[in-house]
Amino acid sequence: MKKTLAVFQKEIKHFFYSPIAYIVIAAFTLIAGIFFYLYLSSFVEAAMMDMYRSQQFRQAPQRFNINLQLIRPFFWNLALISLFVLPLVTMRLYSEEKKSGTVELLYTSPLSVANIVLGKFFAGIVFYLVMLIPSFLFMGLLFIYGDPEIGPVLSGYLGLILLGSAFISGGLFISSLTENQIIAAIGGFGLSLLLWVIGWASNYSGPGLASVLNYLSIINHFEDFAQGVIDSKHLIYYLLFSTFGVYLTFKSVESIKWRS
Amino acid sequence: MIEVRGLTRYYGEKRAIHNVSFEVRKGEVLGLLGPNAAGKTTAMKILTCYMPPTSGNAKVSGYDVWDQPMEIKKITGYLPENPPLYNDLNVLEYLDFVAKIKGIPADQRKPAIASAVEKAALGDVQKQVIGSLSKGFKQRVGLGQALLNDPHILVLDEPTVGLDPRQIIEIRELIKRLGGDHTIILSTHILPEVEMTCGRVVIINEGEVVAEDTPENLTKRLKGSERTIVEVVGDEKAALSTIKAFSEVIKVNQEKIAKNNHLRLTIETSSDIRNDLAHALVKKGLGLYELRTEAYSLEEIFLHLTTKEEVA
Repeated sequence: MKKTLAVFQKEIKHFFYSPIAYIVIAAFTLIAGIFFYLYLSSFVEAAMMDMYRSQQFRQAPQRFNINLQLIRPFFWNLALISLFVLPLVTMRLYSEEKKSGTVELLYTSPLSVANIVLGKFFAGIVFYLVMLIPSFLFMGLLFIYGDPEIGPVLSGYLGLILLGSAFISGGLFISSLTENQIIAAIGGFGLSLLLWVIGWASNYSGPGLASVLNYLSIINHFEDFAQGVIDSKHLIYYLLFSTFGVYLTFKSVESIKWRS
Repeated sequence: MIEVRGLTRYYGEKRAIHNVSFEVRKGEVLGLLGPNAAGKTTAMKILTCYMPPTSGNAKVSGYDVWDQPMEIKKITGYLPENPPLYNDLNVLEYLDFVAKIKGIPADQRKPAIASAVEKAALGDVQKQVIGSLSKGFKQRVGLGQALLNDPHILVLDEPTVGLDPRQIIEIRELIKRLGGDHTIILSTHILPEVEMTCGRVVIINEGEVVAEDTPENLTKRLKGSERTIVEVVGDEKAALSTIKAFSEVIKVNQEKIAKNNHLRLTIETSSDIRNDLAHALVKKGLGLYELRTEAYSLEEIFLHLTTKEEVA
């Protein structure tokens, strides 16, 4: 446990001592901000138009739901940006150690594979949490100037974190296979994207396969969270997915140690 | 302390080491000597439990590399060929991380780091980011890391590569000091290093042990006979015939020294004939400028052993 913590702390230092962390966080926040601005503008415009129309035709104004019409698509976009950005976070987690030869230090120290892999995985998660913090600002604005429900916002963040942990576990696994960070980034992105779009194929397959594909699709499980529903089915999917990714990393690290 | 028995390791089809066996006693400094790609690093990686052998076995301090790698890792310090450093951490942060993963308890960490900093002479750079250090300092940070858990066994893979001459001398002094308390294996292809620091040498070539002995014995073993160097001025034919008249002489090589036109003769003999030779040469009226015996250097032994030439 202490050794896992040591690896974790070292990874966190790597993140924040290098400019990559700040660039990644800035890019994530900027793109999220643009999406937020666009959604907010169109939401406000629609609400204004409706108010104008209701006065003109002396009708009761429509009820606009800020959770459904603004926050939900915004969460979906945060998930999409995570898809692009997280491979850049996970790419160096393992590859860099292999490239610089520091794996020799890790493997010849009294560390278990679990110490190494879990330390790195949780460092990735914590980095992702830090990356999400600036988006609280956007949500805060909505709470100041509107009255959204807090529930769907919290469940949306929970969904994002679970989705992110799935991406991170997959990216960590890919990173453990190569000493080239570019390959690790592209591989991690490819894997995440594949799991994202795999559900689309269900439209063109038989009913049996369709349900499998839909289940595998990483984004299908996110919908409910964004709408404020925490379904244990989806929770378990993400937890299983992350565990599996960490397990594969574990196995790949072990095999590197024992391959002849 | 370390027992290596029939170690063999393949990388895919490629054989890195084959049937390597040797022993290291407690407190001894053993040199693994061999040309590049001879299998020194492979042997060290197996001993430090970085990877297992394909076959064979090794015991470190009674622990088996197959069954108890964790125990071995706890008592071993390893400096790989490229020091395993994190360039974005500073020296103290790095050593602190290594201390933690080596399981040094929190209350002993500070003194352990301080003593490693002192031993590796890192005092001046301890707050510096590792990436900004010179090659020599990086090597020393790597060494500091290896010394951190006060290991019973130190495995150093080419510890003096990339250092300037003064640093090399310092590191060698350090290694000599550490021997005795620590059991040390160091690999190198620099021969004087072995002669200066190691109590015993194992020479590896193409993955196999070709010789194992003390540096002195290796030198003796190569040559039961002596080699005498003579520098004379005068009648060269007379000098040659005088020398060849001795029954102890096995072989004579001659060369002209360009700058003073003296004749240098390298004579292989079965025993020391310097005294008689001097008398004989002077009697012939030759000017005798130099007369000395010379032992074969480790370089020559090394070349003989690793180029598969017949040793005289």
